[in-house]
Formats: sequence, structure tokens, C-alpha cells
Amino acid sequence: MSEDLTNLGVKAIRDGVAAGDFTAREVAEQFNAAVAGAAELNAFIVTTPEAALDAADRTDAKRAAGEDLGAMGGVPIGMKDLFATHDVQTTAASHILEGFKPQYESTVSQNLWNAGAGMLGKLNLDQFAMGSSNETSYFGNVSSPWRKEGSNAAMSPGGSSGGSSSAVAARIAPAATGTDTGGSIRQPAAFTGICGIKPTYGRCSRWGVVAFASSLDQAGPMARSVEDCAIMLGAMAGFDPKDATSLQMDVPDWEAALSSDLSGKRVGIPTEYRMEGTDQDILDSWEQGKAWLKDAGAEIVDISLPHTKYALPAYYIIAPAEASSNLARYDGVRYGLRDLPEGAGLQDMYAQTRASGFGDEVKRRILIGTYVLSAGFYDAYYTQAQKVRALVSQDYEKAWAKCDLILAPTTPTASFPLGSLNEDPLTMYLNDVFAVPASLAGLPAMSVPAGLNPDGLPLGLQLVGKAFDEQTVLNAGLAIQERAGFDHAPERWW
Amino acid sequence: MSVDKQTVAKIAGLARIKMGDEELERMVPELNNILNWVEQLGEVDVTGVEPMSAVIPNTLRLRDDVVDADPLTGGGKRDDVIANAPAAEHGFFGVPKVIE
Repeated sequence: MSEDLTNLGVKAIRDGVAAGDFTAREVAEQFNAAVAGAAELNAFIVTTPEAALDAADRTDAKRAAGEDLGAMGGVPIGMKDLFATHDVQTTAASHILEGFKPQYESTVSQNLWNAGAGMLGKLNLDQFAMGSSNETSYFGNVSSPWRKEGSNAAMSPGGSSGGSSSAVAARIAPAATGTDTGGSIRQPAAFTGICGIKPTYGRCSRWGVVAFASSLDQAGPMARSVEDCAIMLGAMAGFDPKDATSLQMDVPDWEAALSSDLSGKRVGIPTEYRMEGTDQDILDSWEQGKAWLKDAGAEIVDISLPHTKYALPAYYIIAPAEASSNLARYDGVRYGLRDLPEGAGLQDMYAQTRASGFGDEVKRRILIGTYVLSAGFYDAYYTQAQKVRALVSQDYEKAWAKCDLILAPTTPTASFPLGSLNEDPLTMYLNDVFAVPASLAGLPAMSVPAGLNPDGLPLGLQLVGKAFDEQTVLNAGLAIQERAGFDHAPERWW
Repeated sequence: MSVDKQTVAKIAGLARIKMGDEELERMVPELNNILNWVEQLGEVDVTGVEPMSAVIPNTLRLRDDVVDADPLTGGGKRDDVIANAPAAEHGFFGVPKVIE
């Protein structure tokens, strides 16, 4: 057997295939084997080794013919099971969509295949992307490849893109797609020591992505380096007339413009992010992050985002409200599950289908959403939350007068054992307290690994940029990456 | 504001999710915890603030007024549309009898 290619990332694989150091087929075969050997992580809902090999063969044939291989040529990736993939089961990790085989392909996945990528399989997630620990999937919990030093307890890979984070951290996929509604790319990336970026709202088409909260949902890449994220985001993004909120703008060449020289950039440190309940290790890594960015030439300035505290409660009105509306489509008529008790009518069929098909967290959020949108409560809850959202967004607008990007922790704690936060939904929600404000404002935000805590678990740092300025976010991420030198990998136990 | 079992039953009915007594009982404190927590939004002074739904400045586009402007979202896809239906019949979605 040739060298181990599963330690390589997107850029190394693409460049290696293009240079002829190895074939795309060799890469796909090795990752297929790695996926098959990692069933214990439960990162994949379905695996598609044939699809990975077919794409690899196409890349190898193109190379033989001297054709362009594309920005992701020869790179096999994991696809979060929220993206519709033609004739491959797409479930959003729910029972209600079990067996659903879309007859079309999502724009983002199609863009990736057009760029030469191949699919290893569909990645597990929190059901309908609702969760922060990957414990709400109908297809079982996902385990992080990381464990606390001296413990065998299964740890959370974060959520909702937990299959993605687990697979990339475990080196069974060089990269994966994620989606971020209120932290679902950044929090799992932080928990597993990888990078993940949510671009500006509208950069990536939502067409063919199972909808959770449409004004917040945004796709993005998860990979082990900032360069790999820049490459893959470039392949995913682009104007799509099929998504009414798609940005009609050119996609910059983020990879080509990467630079870790931050001279002239001002980095804002929001005072309101010093919250109770944040681990000291996280606060220490934040200090370290400031020093790194200063070393890269940036100026550090204190800023205020006064409505930070209200972002999370506003999110937990807006997101469930949109979800209750979006998830009305699961009715047992058009696709997925139908539960029709003997002699039941149409209304009973709806109610029974949805009772059997949705998990507890999904039901909880549909009920909250239905309640806050119902007559008599709409203004008190939903309109008020939308106004608070405007204030959160204005906080950023004011901050941009003083700074060009913002540095903050990604999460208040490191990963936690699976099952440890289940008794109260609210404690789980607090995981996203640092991630949600940028989601409400639609801003580009990234998590990059900063180091390990004393338990040996990864910690992430978050960078938030101005709308459309993914480049500054990626550049600052690169500056941290170069200085953190994070090359830890989880020890294989699976 | 808080919800009782009767209110939760009403919401579940509106959301078309069947729930038994036990599940309704369980949901009451869970929903109240969340609702009590989001109450804090009432503290925020929102005088003169317009509610926001679109966060990034964008304009709504109109597509060309032609048939099948985008073939992916155009017509002629009946079989694809019903391919995943639990009870498709004669090219239609099948549902239980609605009118006696």
C-alpha cells in the first residue's frame, strides 16, 4: 500500500492529484476504507463509496486528457445530510424523511461536484439541524473522536453539524459541508479542533437545503485548515436565481488573496462577551488570541455590543417561529413518512404522521414557534424579537466604526460528555451564546482551533467580519493558525 | 406569560402534532422554562426600531416571464414530483377521503 493519504487536507489532495503524486482513485479508496472502519463514530447516516470512486475516476480521466481538474479536483468529502442529493437518501436525521430520495441536487452540492469533489456519504446531524450536541438525530448520537485524557466517556462532537466535525477531526474525510443557523458550523468545529466558516448570509444558495430557519440558514465548509476552508467555500458559494435571498455578487478568489499579515487591521474585543459561566481556559485562549493577532500586525481595540445578552433569547423566538412554518410541509402527503391509522381521516393522518416522524426537540421548537406566532402573542414575542434582532445588527454597524473584525471565543466551554446536558433544553441552548449574534446579523464568522484545555480537549476562537468580508475573517484565521500551530489529532480508539 | 396543559394541547392541535396526556404534561414545564427565559426581551427599549427579517441588504428579483425559465424549477416534472409520495395514484398525490 502507498503512503497514508487520509492525513491530507483539501489543498494537499487537490495539488497532489494534479501533480500526479497519487491518483484521485487512490485517495477515494483510502477514505472509503477509513469511513468503513469508523462506524463507531456514527458520523455517517449512509455511505456512498461508489459515488466517491466514480468522481475520482472522472478526475483521473480528466487529468489523463489534460483537462482542468477544478478547485476541488480529486477531493472526496462528506455531505451533511441536510443537502438534497439526487437519488441518495436525504433525511435531515429525521424519521419523517427516512427513505426520501430527492429527484434533484442542491445547488451547493452540485457546485462541489462541478468543482471536482466526490461524495463519501451523507453525514449525521442533529434532527433538522436543531441541537448543539448531536443527540437529537433519529439515527443515533454521533461521537467525537476526542476524549478527555484518562476517560473513555463518549464526548459530543457539537451540533448540529456534528457528523461533519467528527468525520473531519477523525481524518475519515478531508472536509465536509456544514450549515449554520445559530452556530451549527462554528460550535462543532471548536469542539473538535477543526476550522469552519459560515459566510455572509446569501453567499451559498439555500436551494435544496432542508430548511430550518430560512432567514438564518447558511451553508459553509468544515476542514482542518483555513486554506482548505477558503478553497471549499469558493467552490460552494455563488449566485443562484433559485434562491430569492442569494447574493448577486461575484465570488472573490479567497484562496488566492489569503494573507496572514494583518497590518492596518483593527480587531475589536467585545466587553459583553465576558460572561458568567465561561471557562477560565476559554478566557485564557481569548487572551492568547489577542496576542497572536497583535503579533500579526493588528491593533486591538475594545468595543461594545450592548445587546449581546438578548441575542440568544431573540434567536429562540425567531428560529422556532420560522421552523414551525417551514416544517409544516411534512404532512404525510408529498414525501417521507405517512402514518395513517385504520379508518383515520386527513387531519388525523397529519397529526399522527407528525407525532411519529418528529423527535422531541423538533416538536418542542415547532410548539414554541406556533405559540409565538399565534394570535394575541405575535407582537409580544415575534415582533419584539425581530426588533431586538435589528438592535443586535445595529450594534455591529456601530462597532465597525472602530474595528474591521471581531475576536471572541466560539463557545463558553469545551466539549461535554454525551448525555450530560440533556435534562434541560435551556442549558443546551447556552452553548451557542457567542455564536448566535453573528447569525442574527448575517455576518461571516469562523472558528479556528486555538489549543487544548488541560483535559486535552480542543478550544476554538471565533472571528466575525463585516458583511461580504470573508477575506479578512479568513486572513485573521490564518494568522491564528500559523501562531497556534495546532497539529493535535485525536488518538484513534474506534 | 406561561402556558398550561390546555394551551399546549391547543398549540399542538394547531401544529398538527398528536400528543397524549403524558406528553402534554411533560411539555408544559419545558415550554414554560423557555418562555420565561425569552421574557427578558421585554426589558429592551425598542422605541422607534423597525422589526428586521432581512439582515443583508438585497432586492427581490423577478425571473424572466417565460415558461421553464429555469429548467430545474420549471414544469414537466410530474413523475419526479410524486416519486417520493407515500401513496401516489394515477399521477396524483393520494390522500384519505376528505368529504363523506
